[in-house]
Amino acid sequence: METSGGLRRWFEERFDFAPLREFLEHKVVPVHSATPLYYLGGITLFLFFIQVCTGLLLLLYYRPTPDEAFESVKYIMTRVPFGWLIRSIHSWSANLMVFTAFLHMFSTYFLRAYRKPRELTWMTGVVLLGLLLCFGFSGYLLPWNTLAFFATKVGTEVAGSMPGIGHYLLLVLRGGEEVTGATLTRFFAFHVAILPAGLMLFLGLHLLLIQQFGMSMPLKVERELEQRGEKPRVLRFFPNFFLRELMAWYAGLAVLGVLAALYPWDLGTRADPFASAPAGIRPEWYFLAEFQTLKMIPGSVLGLNGELLGVFAFSAAGLFWFVVPLLDRPSRESRYSIVFPAIGVFAVAYLVSFSILGYVK
Amino acid sequence: MTAVTAAKVSDLKLNSGRIFKFGSRPGLLVRTSGGTWKAFLAACPHLNCTVQYRSETQQIWCACHNGTFDLNGQVISGPPPKPLEEFEVNVRGDEVIVSRSRRA
Repeated sequence: METSGGLRRWFEERFDFAPLREFLEHKVVPVHSATPLYYLGGITLFLFFIQVCTGLLLLLYYRPTPDEAFESVKYIMTRVPFGWLIRSIHSWSANLMVFTAFLHMFSTYFLRAYRKPRELTWMTGVVLLGLLLCFGFSGYLLPWNTLAFFATKVGTEVAGSMPGIGHYLLLVLRGGEEVTGATLTRFFAFHVAILPAGLMLFLGLHLLLIQQFGMSMPLKVERELEQRGEKPRVLRFFPNFFLRELMAWYAGLAVLGVLAALYPWDLGTRADPFASAPAGIRPEWYFLAEFQTLKMIPGSVLGLNGELLGVFAFSAAGLFWFVVPLLDRPSRESRYSIVFPAIGVFAVAYLVSFSILGYVK
Repeated sequence: MTAVTAAKVSDLKLNSGRIFKFGSRPGLLVRTSGGTWKAFLAACPHLNCTVQYRSETQQIWCACHNGTFDLNGQVISGPPPKPLEEFEVNVRGDEVIVSRSRRA
């Protein structure tokens, strides 16, 4: 007791914890029917921590060259104690993280939590989702297997078909005209250094903004309370909400453990740049809707290149999604509008139906 | 890269195809059921996936986005915006020599 008290005093004399303590004592979370949705961002963050930890362990054995990449992952899976489990957790956690990030994004969208003053929180969140997708895309190539090789070939080609900067972008991504060992080394650098740096920056900003403005309340609840002249029911963040969040993480960990142990992630066959693309080739599930769209657009639409049209549509949709808080004027003025929820329903319906189509076809 | 030995005549049965290296890029050599030799750049003009010959349909197929081509490289179905680039094939003894087509 004496020692721990002494230790605390020692730290307190060298670092002022008072503002942090003060902040935690006053931080509250609103309580209403949609409160459980607040856990989704935290679960995504938790899965990201798991990615960092398992990624660091994989780094101890992984080798980013075309001659050694596949063999080193095979070595991790067959010879390193619990290596198969670590790799399986890394792969499953990546997929669950993208899934929870999507849920978090759509829950934020439908509750219109992006409305003033949280526009920048939304925008940093959209950038974070983009970075997560880049993590997924770059990590997919690292085992250097056939599926990943062709997915990278197609993905970088899509980026390369953008008007103006396309070819330059393709060269930057591939490190040359074709997908080769240079691409693998580059994707490794993206995956373990460049993307993490970007992610830390935007994650820091995102969390800072959340702390500054607190949790948003659904428009409907906010208006009902206003009409009744009541204040919202709240829960202290620490320890009440934090402990509930921990339980959500614990449940997430259980799901992850079951999936990773019972359905170990497959390695596939070693990539051969001089082999035909195999039947049944498809990207990760979160790119399936775009994949299916590109499959269905004809080579030429009204005299325009179909592929270019697809890429243009994806870029426009991404830009729209990024600036949606600036466009949704009604919710900024705390008014209802059917337009933006309808766009959200359309986006979900498109992503789900085209992903299913891409999977079964 | 102007010409390569893509295969030996005995390597390919009738109605079959194989990938060969044309410099740093993959080529597709096809021996049709009639015994004619055909060769193409194996990169699909849609998104650059490597195509393959399907003996059951006697067509060239891209698994990535389901594009199909006939044995002249012309698009039959799917998203490819233009035909496959065709090479010239000459058989000298047992060797199948593929070179850039003079028509291209």
